[in-house]
Amino acid sequence: MPSVAPTERKISIAEALREGIAEEMRRDPSVFLIGEDIGVPGGFGGAFGVYLGLPEEFGRERIIDTPISEKAIAGAALGAALMGMRPIADMQYSDFLFECMDEMVNQAAKMRYMSGGKLKAPMVMRAPVGATQRGAQHGQCPESYFCHVPGIKVVCVSDAYHAKGLIKSAVRDDNPVLVFEHKMLYGSKGRQMAGGMDLTCHVPAEEYTFPIGKAVVKRQGADLTIVATHICLYRALAAAEALAADGIDCEIIDPLTLVPLDTETIWTSVRKTGRLMIVHEDTLTGGWGAEIAALAAEHCIYSLKGPIKRVAAMDAPVPCSPILEEAVIPSQARIAAAIRDQMNQ
Amino acid sequence: MSVLAAEVSREVALGLHRQMLAIRRFEERVYTLYLEGEIPGTLHQCQGQEAVAAGVCANLAKTDWITSTHRPHGHALAKGVSMRSAMAELYGKVTGCCRGKGGSMHLGDPAVGMLPAIAIVGGGNTVVTGLGLSFKLRKTGQVAVCFFGEGASNEGAFHEGLNFAAVKQLPIVFVCENNLYGASTSFDQVSLVPNVADRASAYGVEASTADGMDALAVYDAARVAIDKARSGRGPILLECKTYRFIGHSRGDARGYRSKAEEAEWLAKDPIPRIERDIVRMGLGTEADIDELRRSVEDELEDAILFSRESPLPQVSDAMEDVYA
Repeated sequence: MPSVAPTERKISIAEALREGIAEEMRRDPSVFLIGEDIGVPGGFGGAFGVYLGLPEEFGRERIIDTPISEKAIAGAALGAALMGMRPIADMQYSDFLFECMDEMVNQAAKMRYMSGGKLKAPMVMRAPVGATQRGAQHGQCPESYFCHVPGIKVVCVSDAYHAKGLIKSAVRDDNPVLVFEHKMLYGSKGRQMAGGMDLTCHVPAEEYTFPIGKAVVKRQGADLTIVATHICLYRALAAAEALAADGIDCEIIDPLTLVPLDTETIWTSVRKTGRLMIVHEDTLTGGWGAEIAALAAEHCIYSLKGPIKRVAAMDAPVPCSPILEEAVIPSQARIAAAIRDQMNQ
Repeated sequence: MSVLAAEVSREVALGLHRQMLAIRRFEERVYTLYLEGEIPGTLHQCQGQEAVAAGVCANLAKTDWITSTHRPHGHALAKGVSMRSAMAELYGKVTGCCRGKGGSMHLGDPAVGMLPAIAIVGGGNTVVTGLGLSFKLRKTGQVAVCFFGEGASNEGAFHEGLNFAAVKQLPIVFVCENNLYGASTSFDQVSLVPNVADRASAYGVEASTADGMDALAVYDAARVAIDKARSGRGPILLECKTYRFIGHSRGDARGYRSKAEEAEWLAKDPIPRIERDIVRMGLGTEADIDELRRSVEDELEDAILFSRESPLPQVSDAMEDVYA
C-alpha cells in the first residue's frame, strides 16, 4: 500500500466502495445496482450505507430496489448479466446468500460451462460478513461455501485502497464475482475491534483497478507467514506488532482474492519463513484455510519447519452474548498465543 | 375445431404442424437410440406436449429469449435450435449446441435466444426476470418466455420471480405446461388450487389458460400474451393444460396413472388434431401433410448421421469455459 503523505486523502472502505461503484456506473451504462433497501428515498443506502448519494446521481432506474426476495435478486442479476449487462447485486447480510444458493451455485456458476462457453455471466454479488453481536444468522462468514464452487470468483476486501480497485475489477470481470466485506471494517466504528488500527487509508481520487487474483504482503517478516483476511488481518497485524518486541518477526499476507488464489505470493513467503498460519473468521472445519494448508503441504512441505496452523472461528454457530462471541471468533489474544505456540514448535 | 382458428393462416398452421411433428419424431427416435445405447445419460421427453412449445415459440422472434426446464427438447427445437445440434448434444458430441457439456437437460443456444435449459425445478423463474429487466432497461422491445411445469409453482422461485416481474412490470410471459404430474405426484395432491393460473392474481398478474393439446389454441393465447408483454404492460401467465404421453423420465412405468386416463389424453393427441383441422379448414391437403412428414424424416436422418459422425470433445475440453 502507498505510504501516506499529509496531503493524501484517507477514506473508509464504505466510501471507497461507493466511489468505485460510482466510477464504474459513469463509465459503463450497462452497470446497475440491484438489492433490498438500496435506493429508497429517506432510506439508508443499503444495509451499511455504501450506496448513499448514488440514487441522486444515477436515478432509481439504475438503482433497483427489490422485494425481500434474494432468489429474485440473484436470478435477476444473473439473467441481466447473461444479456450483456453488468449488475452489482447486494445481499444485506452474507447469511442471506443461502436463500439464493440455487441461483448462485446451480445457475450463475454453471451457465457459461453448460452453454459450451457461448455465454458469460459478468455479475457482482456484494455480501457483508462478520460477527457483530447480531447472533447466529447475521454474523457468519460464508466465503468457504463459494470457494468450493467452480465458476465463481471469491474476493475479500480488507482495506479501502484495495476495496476500490477490486470492486472495479469485479465489475469488469466476465464471471460471477462474490465480494465479501466485513461489517466492522466499513467505517471507523470497528477500529477498536480491529486492535485499534486505523481503518481508513489513502485512496487515489482518480481511476485505478487492482487485479483479482493478486495477494499483497501487508507486513514483511522473517519468522512466520500469516495469511489472514478481513478483521482477522488487522488482529494479526496488531498481534505481530506486539510480538515484535519479543523478537518474533511475522510476515502477513492479505490474499484479497480466495478464488483464484495467488499461491505464488504465499509460497514465496512460506519458503522464506518456513512457517505458515492461516487466520479467518469463517469456521474451522472445511474453511478456506484448510485448502491453503493442503496446498502448502503439497507445494512447500520441505520448506516447513513445523506444522501448519489454522486459527479460525470455532465450529459453533455465532453466539450473541459478547463474551461468547469473543470466545468463538479469533481474537488478537488467541492469534498472539497461536503465534507463540507455533514459534515454539 | 379451435375457437379462434379462423384467424390462422395456412403458413402458420402448416408451420405448427411441422414443428410438432419434428418434436414428436425427434423424441421417438431419441428414445430408440437411447435404448440401443447410442445416446448416454437419461431422458425427460415431451411426447404429447408439443403444442405448447410449437404454439408459443411460433409467436417469438429470434431475438426473443426463452428459458426451459429439465424437459427441454421440444422447446429447443421450437425456438430454432437445429435438429443437428440438438441431436449431437444428446450424443455428447462437440458439435452439439452446448459442445457436449450440457446434454439432454441443458439444451439451448444463445444464437437462437435460448439459455441452456435449467434443470432445477423453478430455476428459470427467477433467472428469466433478469432477461426481462435487461430488455426493459435497454428498451429493446424483446420478450422473454419462461417455460415451467405445474410442479414448479410450489417452488419459492416461482413466487419470487412472478412477484418481482410484476412489481417491475417486466416483458415476460410465464408459460406453465401443466401436465398434471410432477414426476409421479399428481398436482391435486400438492395444490388445493387446481389451476396454476389462479395463483397469478395473488401477485396482480393477469393470467389465461389454454388447451395445451390444441396448437392453434395455444398459438392464439400465446400471441395475445406475448403482445401484452411486449407492449410494456407487464408480465402475464399462460397456463396450458397438457399431458406427457410417456413417463417422467426413462424407466418410469407410469403406475401412478390409470390406463383410462392415458387413453383419454391420447385421444387428444395434438398432431392428428391439427392435421384434421388443416384439412377441415382448407389450409392444406393430405398431400401437404405427407410432404411435411417426409421432410421431417429427412431432417431427422440427417441429424442422426451428423451426430454419429461428429467428433467427441477432447478430454482437455473438460476444463475449458469454467471461467470466461
